[in-house]
Amino acid sequence: MSYRSHADLGGTDVRGRILPEPEADPFQAPWEAQAHALTIAMGATGSWNLDMSRSARETLPDYDSLTYYEKWLAGLERLLLERGLVTAQELAQGRMLTPPRSVSRVLKAAEVPAALAKGAPTERPVVRPARFTIGELVRARAGAIEHHTRLPAYARGKLGRIEANRGVHVFADTHAQGLGEQPQWLYTVVFSGRELRGEAAAAGSSVSIDAFEPYLEAGT
Amino acid sequence: MSDEHEHPHAGQGGLSELEARVRALRSVLAQKGYIDPAALDVLIDTYERRVGPRNGAHVVARAWVDPGFRRWLLEDATAAIASLGYSGRQGEHMVAVENTESCHNMVVCTLCSCYPWPVLGLPPVWYKSAPYRARAVRDPRGVLAEFGVTLPDSMQIRVWDSTAEVRYLVIPRRPPGSDHLSEEQLASLVTRDSMIGTGLPQTPEACP
Repeated sequence: MSYRSHADLGGTDVRGRILPEPEADPFQAPWEAQAHALTIAMGATGSWNLDMSRSARETLPDYDSLTYYEKWLAGLERLLLERGLVTAQELAQGRMLTPPRSVSRVLKAAEVPAALAKGAPTERPVVRPARFTIGELVRARAGAIEHHTRLPAYARGKLGRIEANRGVHVFADTHAQGLGEQPQWLYTVVFSGRELRGEAAAAGSSVSIDAFEPYLEAGT
Repeated sequence: MSDEHEHPHAGQGGLSELEARVRALRSVLAQKGYIDPAALDVLIDTYERRVGPRNGAHVVARAWVDPGFRRWLLEDATAAIASLGYSGRQGEHMVAVENTESCHNMVVCTLCSCYPWPVLGLPPVWYKSAPYRARAVRDPRGVLAEFGVTLPDSMQIRVWDSTAEVRYLVIPRRPPGSDHLSEEQLASLVTRDSMIGTGLPQTPEACP
């Protein structure tokens, strides 16, 4: 089975203008605010994690044609259906037709401010030394990755330098697949524009990614 | 990649169809007891009214007037920002990056739309759009030009792609001629885009 993310857009030749906009209400329509809130509220039930949620959105077959909150809505419906929390008939009719499944938690209105203020930190205790040191050259893993990953395609196979160590964090790749947190060292790795794009690169630019240790090998 | 355009209001479905779909989903989830509808109202109010780029502007202005805070912000942004009351979801691991006379910073999330919610609120449409995500890492100077920002060729441009759970806040350079301004007046010069790195702060003259 092949995994295809439609969200990995960095460096691609997508056309279209970037349209600056004023600081204003972040939602373009009331349904967008609802879709956003529903996603957070259902996330709080513990039925999936943030990486699974990203994975559900980025693999939507019609990703390219959906607006941002349409992706959120479709991703949420997909997670609910896959886990049997709702049925397609229920979504079509807008009412409960089958008994609810149990969820670990329901986010109550009074708990929202504290839950948002706490967030969901992903940093975990250190259990082994970091493999790479600041300043070291590293090469990002090359080739296709057959599951959710946070290593963008434009950086794969490229030579960069470790600029910062961000500590040990939940590994998005395994977390998204239901294989547990498997925490990994996370580094900021900086690549020169020339390394990423060759001679076409504008002079004097560089790009960094935050890369989990398994994405990297010692570079030469 | 084909021509990808994100419509601001509705794509495949019409607006009323989307409204009906969300209403149906909300009803089912509430009837099944998975959500507290009152919690949705609090969430919406939070992101429509309580959290937004004025929070980040407060952080930046404090860094401009208080060298001790600035140092703390650059060393441990999460703690420094939390000391002003901004913390939590999508800002759990903050890093502040400071523009200098030789380096301009710009933030993107090429893989989705990662953005520091506690200090900037929810991202604008362009930040989440395919053209920005595609081109920020390929042609940052061209992207800046579309925002009306032209930097000298000698200025290094550093793009930060938020690919994990670290969230970046750009500390723009304090505008010239702002020495006499209070922290509050300075905060009013700090635009959202200047904290993403696609803009520069307003100058005091432009601010009545």
